[in-house]
Amino acid sequence: MKSLILTTGARTLIALFLIFSLYVLLRGHNAPGGGFIGGLIAACGFAIHAFASGVAEARRALKVDPRTIGVTGLICALIAGLMALPFGVAPFAGIWGEIAGYKLSSVLLFDIGVYLAVVGGILTLIFALEETL
Amino acid sequence: MAIEASGYDVGRRWGYLAAVLAALLAGWFATLLPQVLAGSPVLLTWEWAPPLGISLGFMLDGLSMIMALLISGIGALIFLYATGYMGDHPQFGRFVLFLFLFMLSMLGLVLARDLITLFVFWELTSVTSYLLIGFNHENPQARRNALQAMLVTGAGGLALLAGFILIGTAAGSYDLAQILAGDGLQGHALYGPILVLVLLGAFTKSAQFPFHFWLPNAMAAPTPVSAYLHSATMVKAGVYLLARLHPALGDTAAWTATLTTAGLITAVLASILALRQTDLKTALAYTTLMALGTITLFLAGGSPYALTAAISFLIVHSLYKAALFMVVGAIDHGTGTRDADLLGGLRRAMPLTALAALLAGASMAGLPPMIGWIGKELLYVGAETLNPSWLLTAGVLLANALMFAVAGVVALRPFVGAPGQTPHKPHEAGWQMLTGPLLLGALGLVFGIGAGLVQPLITVAVTGSLAQERAAGLHLWAGVNLPFFLSLATFALGTLIYLGRARLRAAIAALLDRLPQFDPGWDRFLDGFRAFAAWQARSIQTGRLTDYLVVSFVSLALILLASFVLRSPAVGFDLSAPLLLWMVAGICVAGAVLALNPHSRIANVAGIGTVGISVALIFIIYGAPDVATTQLMVETLSAVLFGIAMLRLPGIVERRSRSRQIGHAVIAGAVGLSLTLVVLAITAHPLDRHITQFFEESSYVLAHGLNIVNVILVDFRAFDTFGELTVVLLAALGAYAVLKRRTKGARK
Repeated sequence: MKSLILTTGARTLIALFLIFSLYVLLRGHNAPGGGFIGGLIAACGFAIHAFASGVAEARRALKVDPRTIGVTGLICALIAGLMALPFGVAPFAGIWGEIAGYKLSSVLLFDIGVYLAVVGGILTLIFALEETL
Repeated sequence: MAIEASGYDVGRRWGYLAAVLAALLAGWFATLLPQVLAGSPVLLTWEWAPPLGISLGFMLDGLSMIMALLISGIGALIFLYATGYMGDHPQFGRFVLFLFLFMLSMLGLVLARDLITLFVFWELTSVTSYLLIGFNHENPQARRNALQAMLVTGAGGLALLAGFILIGTAAGSYDLAQILAGDGLQGHALYGPILVLVLLGAFTKSAQFPFHFWLPNAMAAPTPVSAYLHSATMVKAGVYLLARLHPALGDTAAWTATLTTAGLITAVLASILALRQTDLKTALAYTTLMALGTITLFLAGGSPYALTAAISFLIVHSLYKAALFMVVGAIDHGTGTRDADLLGGLRRAMPLTALAALLAGASMAGLPPMIGWIGKELLYVGAETLNPSWLLTAGVLLANALMFAVAGVVALRPFVGAPGQTPHKPHEAGWQMLTGPLLLGALGLVFGIGAGLVQPLITVAVTGSLAQERAAGLHLWAGVNLPFFLSLATFALGTLIYLGRARLRAAIAALLDRLPQFDPGWDRFLDGFRAFAAWQARSIQTGRLTDYLVVSFVSLALILLASFVLRSPAVGFDLSAPLLLWMVAGICVAGAVLALNPHSRIANVAGIGTVGISVALIFIIYGAPDVATTQLMVETLSAVLFGIAMLRLPGIVERRSRSRQIGHAVIAGAVGLSLTLVVLAITAHPLDRHITQFFEESSYVLAHGLNIVNVILVDFRAFDTFGELTVVLLAALGAYAVLKRRTKGARK
C-alpha cells in the first residue's frame, strides 16, 4: 500500500510531529504537556512514517533500535530517581539547581526518561507487529 | 591440562581466602566479648521500612555471641577442610561462594534484632542450603533431597513469617530487644496461634518429629556441608529461635507439653535409627537429630538447670559433631568408603585422624574429662527439674547410652582391630583436613578441663538472653550425686549396646520395615500435589482468549453489581446538559453501535476509535487539555495497532452457536449496566476536592510546577510512574519476543 501523497506528506509531518513532541515535553512542567504526551506524539510521527515508507525505512530514520531507546529512557528515569540519594532525601524527590540562569532539575531528566520509554515501547510494538503480521 | 590445573589452584585460593575471612570475623566477634560478658548487648540498627516499623537491626548478646562464634569459628575450619577435601573440584569456586553466602545468612539470622530481619536471613539460609545440598546437581537424588529440605523448611518459614507478624501485632513492635524486655506474650489473646506458627517454623528447621525426615536425606550434600550446616549451624537455627523467644513465649503448659513431646520423641527415635545405620555419615546425621531433640526437650523447661543444660549441650554438640563429620569425610577421602562394616585398623595409616576421632568421640560419649562429660551431667541435673522427671530422665539416659554406642561405632571401631577391606589403600588426610577436627577435638578437652573458660559466656546467655536469675555451674567433678550414678549407668548400658549392636541392628531393621516410611509418603504427596497443580492449570488456563475475557468480564460485572446491591447507594439522574454534550454523546453511541458490526473488522476498529475520540471531546469541553491530548494520542495509536493486527486476520466467519452469542450479549450488557450504575452513583455525590486542593496548593510550592497533572506524574508520584514505565516497556519487549519467535518458528 504505497501512496505518493502519504509518502510525500509524511516527510513533512514527521518533522512537525517530532518538533511538536519536544515542545510539548519541555513545556509540560507549567503548561499542558509532558513526557508521556510528548512520547505518544513522537511515536505517532514514526508510526506514520512506517506506514508511508515501510518499517525498514522508519527503522533507518530512527537509527537506533526502539528497544534501546526504551531502555535508555528507563535508565534516565532511574538515574533521575537516584539523584536524590546524595542529598539525603527520599528517592525520586526532585532535585533543583540553576545553571546560567536556567532552572534545571532531576524532574526534567525523569520526564525525558518517560518520553524515551514511551517512544521506545510503542515503536517496539508497532514495528514488530508491522513486520511480522 | 595446564589451564585446568591452574583453574583448580584458583579454586583453592578462594577456599583459603574464605577461611581467612571467616577467621577474621570470628576474631572480630571475640573482641566484642568483654562488652557482651559485661551484660550489655551490642546493638546496631538502620531504618529499613519505617512506615511498617521494620528496621535492619542487629543485636549481639550472650546467646547470639555463642552462635556467632560457633558459626564463624567452625566456618573458618570448614573452609580450610573443604579446600583439602574437594579443592580440585572443577566448581569449587561456586561451592565456596554458596558456603560463604550461607555463613553470612546464618550470622545475620543469629544476630538479627528485628523479627523481619531475622525472617529474611532465615529464608536465605534455606535457599543457600538448597544450593549446597543440591551441589552435585547432576545426581537426581541430590536434587530431590535438596528440594525436600527446601520445601519442608520453606513451608515452616512461611508459618514463621505469619507467626512473626502476629508477634509484631501482639507486642506492638518487631524489635526483639523490646519484645524480650516486655512482659512476655504468654497472656495475650494471640498466644495460641503465635505458638503454633513459631513452633512450626522452628521444628521444620531443626528437623523435630514429625518433620525429622529431611535431615538424613540432606546428607546428599558434600561432607563439608554436612559438617557445617547439618551439625553445627543451620539445624541449630530452630533451637536458637526457641531459645531466643523463650522469655516471650516460654513457660506455659502448651509450650512445655509440645517441646517435651517433640524433643523426647525426636531424641529417642533418632538415636535408635542411628544405631541401625552402617553408613557412618548417615549414622552421624541421626545423632544430630538426637541432639536437636535433646536441646528442644531442655528448652521446654523453665529452670536455670534445664536451660543451662540446653545451651551447654548446644556448644558441646557443635564442637564434637563438626569434628566427627570432618573425621568421617577424611575416612571417606582416605579409604574410599564410609561403610562401618568395611572399615577397621585405620589407626596406623591415619594416626592424626584417629586422634581427632578419639577426642571428639570421647566428648560425644560423654567421657571425662571432656566437655561432653560436663554436658551430660548437666542434662541429668536439668532432667530432674523437668516434668515428668522420671520419664524424661529415663529417655535422656536411653538416648545418651545409644549415643555412647554410636560414638563407639563412628569414632572407635574404624580405627581399631584388623584392617578392613577398603576400596583403596588408606592414606592420611592433608593438613587442611586435619586442622579442623584436631582443633575442635582439642577444644572439647580444653573446655572440659577448664570449664571456667566457657562458664561466663553460658552464664550471660542464660541470665541475659534467657532471662533467668542465675545459671547452673559447669563442673568436671560435682560430687557423688544422682547424675554421677546416671552417668555410670549410661556407660554400662552404652557398652552393652555397643557390644550387642549387630543383633540390635537386625532387630531394629526388622521392626522398622513394618512401620510406615516417611519418604515414600513424601514422594506420593509431592506427586499428588503436582498432579493437582497440572489439573488446576489446565482447567483455568485454557489458552483461549474468549474464555479469559468471559471470566474477567463476568467477575467485573458480578463484583460491581454485588457491591451496588449491598450498599444500595443513591443514584442521581441529571439530564440538564448543554446541547454540545448531547451531540458528543450521540457520536459516542453511534461509534458503539458501529463497533458491534459482526461482518467487518475495519468497522469494529473505526467504531471503537469513534467512542474513544468522543471521550476526548468530552475532556476538551470540561477543560482538561492534557487528558484530552493523551486520550487522542492513545486512541490514534490503538487504532493503528488494532488496524495492523485485525485487518490482516482472515475475514470474520461466525462459528459460535446461537446460545453462546446470547450468553456473550448478556455478559456485555451486564458489564455496561453495572458500570453505568456505578458512574451514576459516584456522580450523585458531591465531589471530594481535598486531594485536588492539596495538589493545587502544593504543586508550585513543593514541586515548582504549575501543570498539576505533570507534576503528579513526574514528582509527587514519580516512583509509581517509574513502575508504570517498567511495565509498559516490559510488555512491549514481551510482545516483541512473542511476535519474533512466532515468525522464526514459522520459517522453520
